[in-house]
Amino acid sequence: MRDLSRRRLLAGSGTLVGAGLLGGCDAPALSRLATPYDWSNGLTFAVQRWLLRRQPLVREFGPESISAVFPTINTTDPDNPDYRRSRALGFSDWRLPVGGLVERPGAFSLAELRAMPARSQITLHACEQGWSAIAGWTGVPLAHLLAQVGLKPEARFIVIRSVDGWWDSYDLFDALHPQTILAYGMNGGDLPLAHGAPVRLRVERQLGYKSLKYVSAIEAVARVDGLGKGRGSMVAELGFPWYAGI
Amino acid sequence: MTQAPPPDVVHRHAAWVRLTHWLNAAAFLALAVSGVAILLALPRLFWGETGANGAPAAFELPMPVNLEQTGWGRNLHFLAAWVLVLNGALYLVAALVGGHLRRDLVPTSDQLAPGHLAREIADHARLRPARGREALRYNALQKLAYLAVLLLLFPLMVLTGLTMSPGVTAAYPELFSLFGGRQSARTLHFLAACLLVLFLVVHVAQVFVGGAGNLMRAMITGRFRVPPEISKETFAGAPDA
Repeated sequence: MRDLSRRRLLAGSGTLVGAGLLGGCDAPALSRLATPYDWSNGLTFAVQRWLLRRQPLVREFGPESISAVFPTINTTDPDNPDYRRSRALGFSDWRLPVGGLVERPGAFSLAELRAMPARSQITLHACEQGWSAIAGWTGVPLAHLLAQVGLKPEARFIVIRSVDGWWDSYDLFDALHPQTILAYGMNGGDLPLAHGAPVRLRVERQLGYKSLKYVSAIEAVARVDGLGKGRGSMVAELGFPWYAGI
Repeated sequence: MTQAPPPDVVHRHAAWVRLTHWLNAAAFLALAVSGVAILLALPRLFWGETGANGAPAAFELPMPVNLEQTGWGRNLHFLAAWVLVLNGALYLVAALVGGHLRRDLVPTSDQLAPGHLAREIADHARLRPARGREALRYNALQKLAYLAVLLLLFPLMVLTGLTMSPGVTAAYPELFSLFGGRQSARTLHFLAACLLVLFLVVHVAQVFVGGAGNLMRAMITGRFRVPPEISKETFAGAPDA
């Protein structure tokens, strides 16, 4: 099983460069060039895809660098009744559905995610508001989970939804990056409620708003232009670029 | 040594200098306004990698906090930044290759003589602009200010800006080492921006001192009317002679 998923991962990373550099034109950053902002944000996306073509990792720090202050913004205590009930049960009945263009759709419990190969990383989180903080995150690489369910060849984007209604999408270039993880731990303990318990996303090469908290569903899709207003994410509908590598 | 008096009207700035000057001016104004809009979300500056509300700040700016201006602020900031970078790169290449930088912007040895510099400083203090042949070249203080803006402040702005980009720093983590961390880069970005705004204020004030109509026309159409030398008799009768 490990070998199989590793082979799938390698195959996935082989298509990464192609997806990022050649087929990137259907990414929301380039598919919609209506305003001057779309052009400049698209230029940023294209240039950064080229700069990051070898998929470098972001810096990782030692535990002594962990910040005493790590702000929590937007939702810090979801009022969704199902979530509240699940939280009261210590998330023992919590399930993460993974579906869409995959061979073996499934719903994973927290225990199942914890049983998967874990990655721990201490990284710098940068918020669009200007603050930055360092924290340690432990979780399962999204690439591993996607290899478990088997991405279909036509899958191009991963749509992630949050229990608070927030949603975003990621092309495979970022979704399969080794540091893109579904984190259930923070600074050595369980992921705190205000930071997105039980599971949040970490997308380390973009601003904090791409690292969704309270992950509730994962879906592989071929296109994102049919979702919401067709801009690829909820923040894009609020005037923030879909690609946040700035 | 006597020199023939310069013509009354000369063609002063090359078209590409005028074009890049105004594109840069527009981009800089957009960057300054949108930069303030972004800063309002966290008007506190830090040193090192991290900084946030609740963490100790190096200094706090006397500005109201407003979290609602970063959407348009960021979009405009990065659009204008692309214009500034591409326009600035074109300008620098043309100025280096075409000799504009060496010919018009590097002070000549006579301008750097202590006596000349002292006279320039005195002229600046009295708000007395150059006349005649001297008005056809930039003065030494002006040249040094332009070189500092072109070769120090704008590159510093771009590099500290890029240090705040999680994408660019993933490819070039050396940027963090160069500036001492993301928040240090943010602080330096703000300080360099203040110096650029200070330059702009002095630059515009000098345009008024030197004759706003004539200097503006020179930078728009290239036509510059040379202020005539003050004759010896007039000079002797001037109150500050």
